[in-house]
Amino acid sequence: MLKIENLKVSLGDREVLKSVNLEIKPGEAHVLFGPNGSGKTSLLMTLMGFSNYRVTEGTINFKDRDITGMSIDERARLGIGMSFQRPPTIKGLKTRQMVALCSAGKEIRLEEMANRLNFEDFLDRDLNAGFSGGEIKRSELLQLMAQNPDLILLDEPESGVDLESISLIGEVINELLERKPGKDHAASSRERRSKRAKAGLLITHTGYILNYVDADVGHVLYDGVLSCHGNPRETLRCIQDMGYQECMRCMV
Amino acid sequence: MKGARENKLQRARDAAEKAAVFGEDLDLGQFIHEAPSHLNMKDLSSLSEPDKKELLTVGVDTDIKERSGSFMQIDHSVVHHDIFQDGLEVMSTSEAREKYDWLEDYYWRAVAVDTDKYTARAELHQEHGYFIRALPGVKTAFPLQACLFTARDGLAQEAHNIVIAEEGSELHIISGCASSHKVKAGLHIGVSEFYVKKGAKLSFTMIHNWAEEFAVRPRSATIVEEDGVFLSNYVCMKPVKTLQMYPTTFLSGANAVARYNTILVAVPGSFMDVGSRVYLKAPGARAEMIARTITTGGDVVNRGHIVGEVADAKGHLECHGLILSEKGLIYAVPELEGRVSGVELSHEAAVGKIAQEEIEYMMSRGMSESDATAAIVRGFLNVDIMGLPAELQREIDKTVNMQGIF
Repeated sequence: MLKIENLKVSLGDREVLKSVNLEIKPGEAHVLFGPNGSGKTSLLMTLMGFSNYRVTEGTINFKDRDITGMSIDERARLGIGMSFQRPPTIKGLKTRQMVALCSAGKEIRLEEMANRLNFEDFLDRDLNAGFSGGEIKRSELLQLMAQNPDLILLDEPESGVDLESISLIGEVINELLERKPGKDHAASSRERRSKRAKAGLLITHTGYILNYVDADVGHVLYDGVLSCHGNPRETLRCIQDMGYQECMRCMV
Repeated sequence: MKGARENKLQRARDAAEKAAVFGEDLDLGQFIHEAPSHLNMKDLSSLSEPDKKELLTVGVDTDIKERSGSFMQIDHSVVHHDIFQDGLEVMSTSEAREKYDWLEDYYWRAVAVDTDKYTARAELHQEHGYFIRALPGVKTAFPLQACLFTARDGLAQEAHNIVIAEEGSELHIISGCASSHKVKAGLHIGVSEFYVKKGAKLSFTMIHNWAEEFAVRPRSATIVEEDGVFLSNYVCMKPVKTLQMYPTTFLSGANAVARYNTILVAVPGSFMDVGSRVYLKAPGARAEMIARTITTGGDVVNRGHIVGEVADAKGHLECHGLILSEKGLIYAVPELEGRVSGVELSHEAAVGKIAQEEIEYMMSRGMSESDATAAIVRGFLNVDIMGLPAELQREIDKTVNMQGIF
């Protein structure tokens, strides 16, 4: 679904991504670890197409199309969606209106979706105005529910979220990624796995979200270089035990 | 009374050449002063379709549906006034001045007759304007609409409006000013004096839709007594050559409240100098002013001035400006004047273009760049007016949306 080859990206004068190769297949969920400033958010912003992030080398392919030069809205309409860490406040635009805009004319059950996220009380507030960390996450997920993208980029979905809400956020992410666990399905879990089409790329610092979302592959991004592809839990344990320095060595 | 009137006329004559503090000094000689009189209308249905459309954009419903009263003046003729609720009065101010001796006390009390050549002109050449009054305790079921319309190209229209919300009353007025689609130039001088008595509430929503070559000089002021509330909304999103006004409110009674909301869009060729000023003169007085200005190529000066004269009074002013084109100017002048300790005044001002970050955020949800920009601008202009009845808020939203600046 997504294939990144030899990607180099600059933000202003600074090269923020030096070497990124990554492939995400339909139905897969990947996790991105890395210390602050390593380029994780830059990678997501580049995939979404934000103008500040300038691709200097390499290509991004999505659904077999080269999207390297594509505008943000074209990418969104092609099926990429992103949950932002610090989205801007849009004064006077009600959250309800934004969610409706995200649905792009599709019929959505807005109240039901908001209810799922305990977010009804925020629908008539200005988008992101004075939202706490956890409220921003729920607002972002609500917009993604309405948008229903095929590849979901999640920038630290658990940061600033209290322990009670984190399971809710985890459940909704699973739903978005068609990974809802449970026995009430007619199909076996193997069948469901094989039918699953949605893919995700998550940034996590703490790894908490892995308690709720069973990711398939973990990567470590260190100083703009993507490495150490492996089992996400093992990767997390390795980082916890040995620190990112160890990943540096693994690269060499 | 005669002496009082004569005194005002004399002061007006003395100020006939006095330039205004702000705005281009207009030569009043360049305008036509005579207009043919227009016939009375039973209702507004006989207006031409294009004129009806112009009126709709300023909140004047020519079907007069859901209105407690209606007033219409064309050029120098009051062609229509009607009321649909007991306890309300709507008529021409000249008629009211004849009818009520006591009205002389209200003439030029809030606004000084010798403020400048425009107020002087209104006294010396006044041709009507509206008198609207809610008797004590009367609450309007629907807003009243008042319309000042110019049909003669190049005409100077001078109107003097007086609005009185007697004790404990609640009065909502939509005042639409527009020119006929055939009119290109002209001058509108509108003097408005508002009196909000003890415990009364007055909301006044003024919407302007003039012509490219039009000059506009409203002169208005409000006196609010104890526990009174004055809400003023002003919307001007259509071309105008030169518009200058600085409405002022005196919060004279304890716990009096004033709120000004201003929405301005300056298109290329338009010059707008619009402010609002509140004097906090009694303990517990509260003032809030919110302005949203946009330039698509015109120039806007947005002023705000709060004067705190007593302790335990509060005021906040906010002016936000968006520059949507390479040309155009927004000049925000927020002024706070505290004259005693214990007064709380604050302001917030920001002028700039739409943040790229906001546009790209919206685009990441699938909107095109122009749709994203439009949604942000609509949001920017969407001012929730506290204390305004929902139907009036809807009316304003509708007007703002209808003006469509893209």
